[in-house]
Amino acid sequence: MGSLNIENVKKAFGPVEVLKGINLEVNDGEFVVFVGPSGCGKSTLLRVIAGLEDSTSGRVVIDGEDVSATPPAKRGIAMVFQTYALYPHLTVKNNMGLGLKQAGTPAAEIERRIGIASSMLSLEPYLERRPAELSGGQRQRVAIGRAVVREPKLFLFDEPLSNLDAALRVNTRLEIAQLHRRLKATMIYVTHDQVEAMTLADKIVVLNAGRIEQIGGPMELYNSPANEFVAGFIGSPKMNFVDGARLGETAKTIGVRPEHLTVDPKSGAWKGTVVHAEHLGADTNLYLDCEKAGLITVRIFGVYDAEPGATLYATPDPAKTYRFGVDGKVLK
Amino acid sequence: MSIATRSVPRTIGAHAILLTYTVIALFPVILVIMNSFKSRAGIFGAPLTPPTPKTFDLIGYTTVIGQGDFIHYFQNSLVVTVASLFFVLLFGAMAAFALSEYRFRGNSLMGLYLALGIMIPIRLGTVAILQLMVASGLVNTLTALILVYTAQGLPLAVFILSEFMKQVSDDLKNAGRIDGLSEYTIFFRLVLPLVRPSMATVAVFTMIPIWNDLWFPLILAPSEETKTVTLGAQLFLGQFVTNWNAILAALSLAIMPVLILYVIFSRQLIRGITSGAVK
Repeated sequence: MGSLNIENVKKAFGPVEVLKGINLEVNDGEFVVFVGPSGCGKSTLLRVIAGLEDSTSGRVVIDGEDVSATPPAKRGIAMVFQTYALYPHLTVKNNMGLGLKQAGTPAAEIERRIGIASSMLSLEPYLERRPAELSGGQRQRVAIGRAVVREPKLFLFDEPLSNLDAALRVNTRLEIAQLHRRLKATMIYVTHDQVEAMTLADKIVVLNAGRIEQIGGPMELYNSPANEFVAGFIGSPKMNFVDGARLGETAKTIGVRPEHLTVDPKSGAWKGTVVHAEHLGADTNLYLDCEKAGLITVRIFGVYDAEPGATLYATPDPAKTYRFGVDGKVLK
Repeated sequence: MSIATRSVPRTIGAHAILLTYTVIALFPVILVIMNSFKSRAGIFGAPLTPPTPKTFDLIGYTTVIGQGDFIHYFQNSLVVTVASLFFVLLFGAMAAFALSEYRFRGNSLMGLYLALGIMIPIRLGTVAILQLMVASGLVNTLTALILVYTAQGLPLAVFILSEFMKQVSDDLKNAGRIDGLSEYTIFFRLVLPLVRPSMATVAVFTMIPIWNDLWFPLILAPSEETKTVTLGAQLFLGQFVTNWNAILAALSLAIMPVLILYVIFSRQLIRGITSGAVK
């Protein structure tokens, strides 16, 4: 009960084309994450789905119904914003209930739904407080609660974790994942953080410059990126790209993920000097300046002692090396 | 005992400058109030000394209250000021919201047009305004004054408020739209409370020139029925004889209401109520 179809949606602000024809299908109960660098149009796409922005052309279909001309409140959606956007003059309870009240829901029903949502998000002690009296994490939970009580067909999240500190971000991420599992609702989530995308999504939509670069599950995007952009965007640290000509390859660019490189002090494919080493405990990131490949990153699991200036040989795993053509697409 | 953030000479210097400024700013006001409590001989004999038992006299106040209908003048001034203020804030805020919130053709041109009044003094149009008021039969009514003052106050209000409204979080307004609030509810319930400090600023800037104005009451509403306080005080200014006691007393009284309004608005200026809405 919450499918979404986006058919050839385009959006232009004056002469600037922000969305250049988006086609997307979201099935009921799916957790879809829009990810991309800032300015790629992911937030605009979300706002078009919400109805806060009119598309220049194309259709938005929710549950088989064309909502392109329906106001946001009638689309059966709920949205959680980056800045929480709570009503400062209302208590937590009224913040959550306002949408239902506007829709003319009976008071008893509103009360019941607020009860369920607040126990789900452990907000019961704060129901009579105002947003100013809550911490950042609590405010974001209220914002999520406000979405939950509406029992929408579609949840929309607009970078909901960006304003939280690192520890809270991990917690709230977990809560959102659990919420999705419990409600089995369709959720669309916008983020620029590929870690959030990888950890939450059933399906990731990678956007760049107003176009969809690739759609797929997290592992699909990681293992078989369609092009250089997706390969570079998914995975951390970023994939190493080496000029094919320098390696004597026919492909324009060769890509190897840092975790698919091995190092050896004696021999290997690429000879290089250690520029910098980052020790993270569970793994070690080495930055090597290689004669053939240029500056590359190598990720070694566990502790590895390497002094800057030392000579090391890096060898890529041939089975996990990607070859990209002149147009950036993967060569089969 | 100079701590990192404080140094004695600098503190003394800052206080000296501020105190000097305070004295300069308050001097005429205090002079007026002080002399309003003195007899005529006291005012002219030693204008700079405070009233002594010998010079103390309430003759000014008794004249003001006895002669002329000053309570009525006060009422007129208050009605004109409060009504104009209300309309300036209401229409100014609405126009500012439209300009800052909606994208439409000619938006910035419209903003410029609405702000143009800041640069052109409304008094240049006095003759035309008078003709207009005569034609519409509004001469010698408070309505005429309210209309003119609303027009006079709007440009600055639109200009200042639209800048502040741009800073109100888009997310908050969008959350309201998703919850099904009408644009009017969003404006009155979400946006206005958040721009209250800037509304107070505009209110203070608008209020004082209206209260003190002599020009338009003199031209548009000089009748006994519609006289404002500033116009009423002219009663005691004669070509040959001026009743200084009464004028000073009238002016002292005229300070009070505007002072009260200022105190109300300045409390709004200080109070920050935006916390908790976003971030």
